[in-house]
Amino acid sequence: MSRIVLRSVRRSAVLATAVSLSALALAGCSGSNDSGGASSDKASGGSLKGQTITVYSGQHEQTVSALVKDFQARTGIKASVRSGDEAELANQILTEGPASPADVFFAENPPALTTLENRGLLAKADAPALAAVPSADSSAKGDWVGVSAREAAFVYDTGKLRASQVPSGVKDLAGPAWKGKLGIAPSETDFTPIVSRMIKAEGQAGAKSWLAGLKANSKVYGSNEDLVAAVNRGEVDGGVIDHYYWYRLRDEQGAAHIHSALGYFKQGDPGALVDVSGAGVLSHGKHQAAAQAFLAYLASRPAQQIIATSESYEYPLAAGVKNTKVSRALTASGPVTRAGDLGDGKDALQLLQSVGLL
Amino acid sequence: MRTLRTAPGPLPLVAGLVALLVASPLAFVGLQAAQAGGDTVHRLLARPVVATLLWHTVALTTVVTAGTLVLGFGAAYLVERTDLPGRRAWTVALAMPLAVPEFVHGYSWVSLFPQVQGYWGAVLVMTSSLYPLVFLPVAATLRHADASAEEVSRSLGRGRFATLWRVTLPLTRPALAGGALLVSLYLLGEYGAFSMLRYTTFATAIYNEYQTSFDMASASLLTLALVGLALLLVVLDARAARRGRVVREGTTGRGCTPVALGRWKPAAAAASAAVVAVTLGVPVFALLHWLVRGSSTTLPSASIVTETATTLGYSLTSAALATAAAVPVALYSWRRPTRLARTVERAAYLTRALPGIAVALSVVYFAIRYAQPLYQQPSLLVAGYVVLFFPLALTSVRASLAHVPHGVEDVARSLGVRRTVVLGRVVLPLILPGLGSAFAMVTLTASTELTATLLLRPTGTETLATQFWVYTTGLSYGAAAPYAAVMVALSVPAVLILTRRTFGAQPTAPKEN
Repeated sequence: MSRIVLRSVRRSAVLATAVSLSALALAGCSGSNDSGGASSDKASGGSLKGQTITVYSGQHEQTVSALVKDFQARTGIKASVRSGDEAELANQILTEGPASPADVFFAENPPALTTLENRGLLAKADAPALAAVPSADSSAKGDWVGVSAREAAFVYDTGKLRASQVPSGVKDLAGPAWKGKLGIAPSETDFTPIVSRMIKAEGQAGAKSWLAGLKANSKVYGSNEDLVAAVNRGEVDGGVIDHYYWYRLRDEQGAAHIHSALGYFKQGDPGALVDVSGAGVLSHGKHQAAAQAFLAYLASRPAQQIIATSESYEYPLAAGVKNTKVSRALTASGPVTRAGDLGDGKDALQLLQSVGLL
Repeated sequence: MRTLRTAPGPLPLVAGLVALLVASPLAFVGLQAAQAGGDTVHRLLARPVVATLLWHTVALTTVVTAGTLVLGFGAAYLVERTDLPGRRAWTVALAMPLAVPEFVHGYSWVSLFPQVQGYWGAVLVMTSSLYPLVFLPVAATLRHADASAEEVSRSLGRGRFATLWRVTLPLTRPALAGGALLVSLYLLGEYGAFSMLRYTTFATAIYNEYQTSFDMASASLLTLALVGLALLLVVLDARAARRGRVVREGTTGRGCTPVALGRWKPAAAAASAAVVAVTLGVPVFALLHWLVRGSSTTLPSASIVTETATTLGYSLTSAALATAAAVPVALYSWRRPTRLARTVERAAYLTRALPGIAVALSVVYFAIRYAQPLYQQPSLLVAGYVVLFFPLALTSVRASLAHVPHGVEDVARSLGVRRTVVLGRVVLPLILPGLGSAFAMVTLTASTELTATLLLRPTGTETLATQFWVYTTGLSYGAAAPYAAVMVALSVPAVLILTRRTFGAQPTAPKEN
């Protein structure tokens, strides 16, 4: 009997050792979780050094990590980045509530920021950050700052369409001429703003019948990545995406394998959408000053220069910084769409659901 | 006379606590859904598309589950009961699709065969990636079951097929039921592959709601409907499993003389080869294709080593914990198959049908309120994995317990051995293969998990799956390929362990005189 007990004790000792070893291994993984020093709001630049802010980012990962590196070199403030889908991160912040560890939220489209703004979760952005980019590119209330822009475009199969056949308005795509030739990705947060603009231009009923027409004409894809690849391999003739998806596809597949091109809707059309990616400081964040410093940095020239030359192919917003990797100038599409026009996207979403696209 | 089983001990309490933890996401979903107003309920559930989604979900779940049962049982029968040449190698090859993460399965088909889409595309891809969930437990059952019943049946003049149908098939019923439940619950909650295959189900609609609306009440409302479907499946499974309790009363099972395939041998080999080519060949080919074709292909940075270690650390730890947590729950309902015990056990399965994002948000919700110091610490991600993959562990443990004769504990205790010692010396050794397969199964699945990882990981922590995601969302498939390749490579030993652990040593076939 006692031998049996002894043996099982020894076994559990071995087990305990194994468990504590794996716990150690895990503790080793956690790394960057120091709380980052004092949380005094009015800290001077010098005392911010060594603080660590947490950035929830729905933006292009490689670009953000280049930005964070440069920021750290310039200010001595560390930023640990949590990358994810912007809507999932917004949901996470909403679920976390006041206890959220996030100091900054860097989104892809305005509705995510507007949602947090409406719930009172964002702090006012400091004036220098707001002043660095055109005022129309940031929140009207000053709760978040525009950082970069992307443009809605019509990607088409060059084997099937000529540049002159690109429709001048997104409304045309619901017409019978496009039956079976179109692809759309309505579950992308990039698509909702176009629907919001259609509601503004055509009213609820008009936008609804447009969506119904679009649905009848289209193959539905799960993401813009899937859609741009499908157009490029000839599965559908064309579709509406943000411009940078095509550039990234060209990088990946090589110019020789690109059988598609980008066309643009005419200025003023609901489809001629210039959409801002912005960032805001969480009002419950524990490193307000350091977070504001990051916001100011994102709008500053060095950061905008990094964005202009990165592989994210987005447009910088600060005056005098140009993206030379994208052939078309941002101004060609007209003014940036005001975030207030897009709202939190709820109306658009309900319309998409009512026609069965979501 | 006092029976030995009067004092229940701490087991019901422990089992109840585990079930509570694992079912906590259900409470979260219910809590959130309750905040939706009547308008929202009407707007979301009275849409015509809901009927379509329901039909899509049911049609796919039924056909894929049936497909995996046929494929899984057929493959297990071939490697365990026939004289198919190279059965050991086939066993490993047939289990290997498990090593390929489902998003790799999905993407490889879509990128190589764009015409694989919609309903039939989803049936093809899901059947080929999920059938090992049936194959492994069925093969394990066949390996360990005493073959004498089948031999008796044959000696009494029943033909091969009659024996297969009347004896072998019923023998594997708990394994089939467990596998079918896992497959169907998995299908209910799956998103990534369907999104790529352009097939919409309830789960894809739920993800879309989470991803576009920032409105948890309505997303949770849709999720509740999904839970209703899962409940239906769990009840069905309970009915199927109640009829099958396979107990071997002898001490050791004997292996059986393999059924001679005769002239069917080439056909059986060809069929096995075709299954392996489709289920394993396609993803492996696609991975190589990305590596060669993608312009973004570079040598992965040195951090891939760190990410591999992180992935391993998390998946092994959560596998150990999930397996340990499954033991009391399975044991409780095995010892006392009361209605309550069964309900506790079943409730644990429902979580499996929840979309990963709902589980992850629920862990966020509870942790930040009641366990703030753990929030975004490594232990939180481990907890998330345990909650997500507990049903996988439970299935394996439950299946192996089904083969332990009930009297075993009583006999041991009647000899004066204490309860805990009986557990350690008698019951656990008997279900060791089940524990091994539970451990390997959770390791495999956790090492490729993405959705919950993104939400629960400590900020700054990268796993192989999150890196893969970072590159694919940037359309850099070439750069993503090495991460997928490492994920597959890491899973290979787990599958090997799984096949070894599940099967143990081949019982010696009786010597022919």
